[in-house]
Amino acid sequence: MIEFPDISPALAELLLAIAAMVLLLVGVVRGDKSTGAVLWLSVAALAVATWIVWSDADTSAITFSGLFVADRFASFAKILVLLGSALALVLSLEFLERERLERPEFPVLVVLATLGMMIMIAANDLLSLYVGLELQSLSLYVLAAFHRDSEKSTESGLKYFVLGALASGILLYGSTLVYGFTGSTSFTGIAGVLATHEERSMGVLFGLAFVSAGLAFKVAAVPFHMWTPDVYEGAPTPVTAFFSLAPKVAALALFMRVMLGPFGGIADDWVGIIGLLAAASMVLGALAAIGQTNIKRLMAYSSIGHVGYALMGLAAHSPLGVRGTLVYLAIYLAMNMGAWGVILSMRRSDGTLVENVDDLAGMARTRPFLAAAMAIFMFSLAGVPPLAGFFGKFYVFFAAVDAGLYLLAVIGVLATVVGSYYYLRVVKVMYFDEPAPGFVQPAGATSAVIAVTALFTLLFFLFPAPFVAEAHLASLALFP
Amino acid sequence: MAPLTIPLGHFLSVAAILFTLGVLGIFLNRKNVIVILMSVELMLLAVNLNLVAFSAHLGDMVGQVFAMFVLTVAAAEAAIGLAILVVYFRNRGTVAVEDISLMKG
Repeated sequence: MIEFPDISPALAELLLAIAAMVLLLVGVVRGDKSTGAVLWLSVAALAVATWIVWSDADTSAITFSGLFVADRFASFAKILVLLGSALALVLSLEFLERERLERPEFPVLVVLATLGMMIMIAANDLLSLYVGLELQSLSLYVLAAFHRDSEKSTESGLKYFVLGALASGILLYGSTLVYGFTGSTSFTGIAGVLATHEERSMGVLFGLAFVSAGLAFKVAAVPFHMWTPDVYEGAPTPVTAFFSLAPKVAALALFMRVMLGPFGGIADDWVGIIGLLAAASMVLGALAAIGQTNIKRLMAYSSIGHVGYALMGLAAHSPLGVRGTLVYLAIYLAMNMGAWGVILSMRRSDGTLVENVDDLAGMARTRPFLAAAMAIFMFSLAGVPPLAGFFGKFYVFFAAVDAGLYLLAVIGVLATVVGSYYYLRVVKVMYFDEPAPGFVQPAGATSAVIAVTALFTLLFFLFPAPFVAEAHLASLALFP
Repeated sequence: MAPLTIPLGHFLSVAAILFTLGVLGIFLNRKNVIVILMSVELMLLAVNLNLVAFSAHLGDMVGQVFAMFVLTVAAAEAAIGLAILVVYFRNRGTVAVEDISLMKG
């Protein structure tokens, strides 16, 4: 007789799973008219899940026969993911209404993807890692192709599917090698076997290489980034916004847990490679964005660069590094969310959504508040003090220097300088170019998200301490 | 007569060859997206072969359970991949790989 597992650490996940199914039923019964209601109910479900995770943040438990772990690290990352998904849903409502894409599947797919991300974050076994990752990825493929009458959207969905499936295959092949050569799929079991064996078996190293390549694909680190710009450009804009927020956080959290958990004992074999990925991502993110005219492509390269900075914390292989990455991810979530809110507000009075950098021309005169918010986000993404983005970079650079990775830190600083060029170009276009026809007033919900994230980005320097302390506690969960 | 056992290395070699064929099928194929979907399936089957071989070798059931999960997810993945492909075909009227190039740079 198998004992019934303790489900209390997974309450938030169960809530989301049930909510997704109920909301799907509501959508099917009530038809396309119910999109708004389903969307707000999804936001409510995500908010309740956030509250559940928040109120139980300091638990530490392993359940479901060792497949599922709840700890402070998971709670921190889950809260980020849930907030990211909920705010991305709020931002997407106006777009869905105006582009006649009102289908209730949209919020349901976002909730399912979020559920997948939470399982990824809470994975304590190669099996739950795979199932969570696939639940997330399959939902995201459909979301990318959601505008099914648009050639660009379906092409982006197809590209994302093919490359995503390839990445999953590579990750899975690596998992089988790790399983075969350590005899366990559980993270604790693998760590135990690797700790007792002095010499490294080639099989495990091959497995590690395949697993990290698959994960690098999912976080879009160079040289596994080539799908990102195309998918970001083609997908409907709120979907692109969602892609660059919650899935990044979840995949990076998973990356950290896998590298520091089961493979923590053989860190010498991977820190160099992660450092290389980080350096290449930062440099390519800075250089390739310079020539971009489409703002969605620009944000795609920007997100590749930001993944590089976040990976720097992992390369440091210390609690300080994990703390840096977590703080970085939280700040990145806020400032990127706001920037996407502004991009989603670039709508001409004839109803078309424009997406070139030049279309922002003279926005300082036609929409001064929106332009000011965008300027805050761009300065913050570039890392100008005292905005939040500077602190994010500060904590990862601090961890890298503390771990003796001077070269990586220098490359990071140089990439920041180069990267500032294209962020500041956006500000220049908004403030100094001849005005283009103005944009229509964004919806109240969109403006609210932009205002909140702008305030957070602007005022973060007043209250970093509790935030960093929380990230510090979360990072300790990965270093028992 | 003792049962003839095939050593683990043979299984791993076959799986490695199948996996490589799947990856090459994705990268070298210039004709048809459906071939890419088949290559993805080939990769997943190689993974399953690996899992089952390891499971038998280690005398551990987890590998076979894992293989069942992979099979299930692969079915869902194929369904979604074909669905996206159908939507794409409706818009473009082609499934040739070299035509998937609206966005570049």
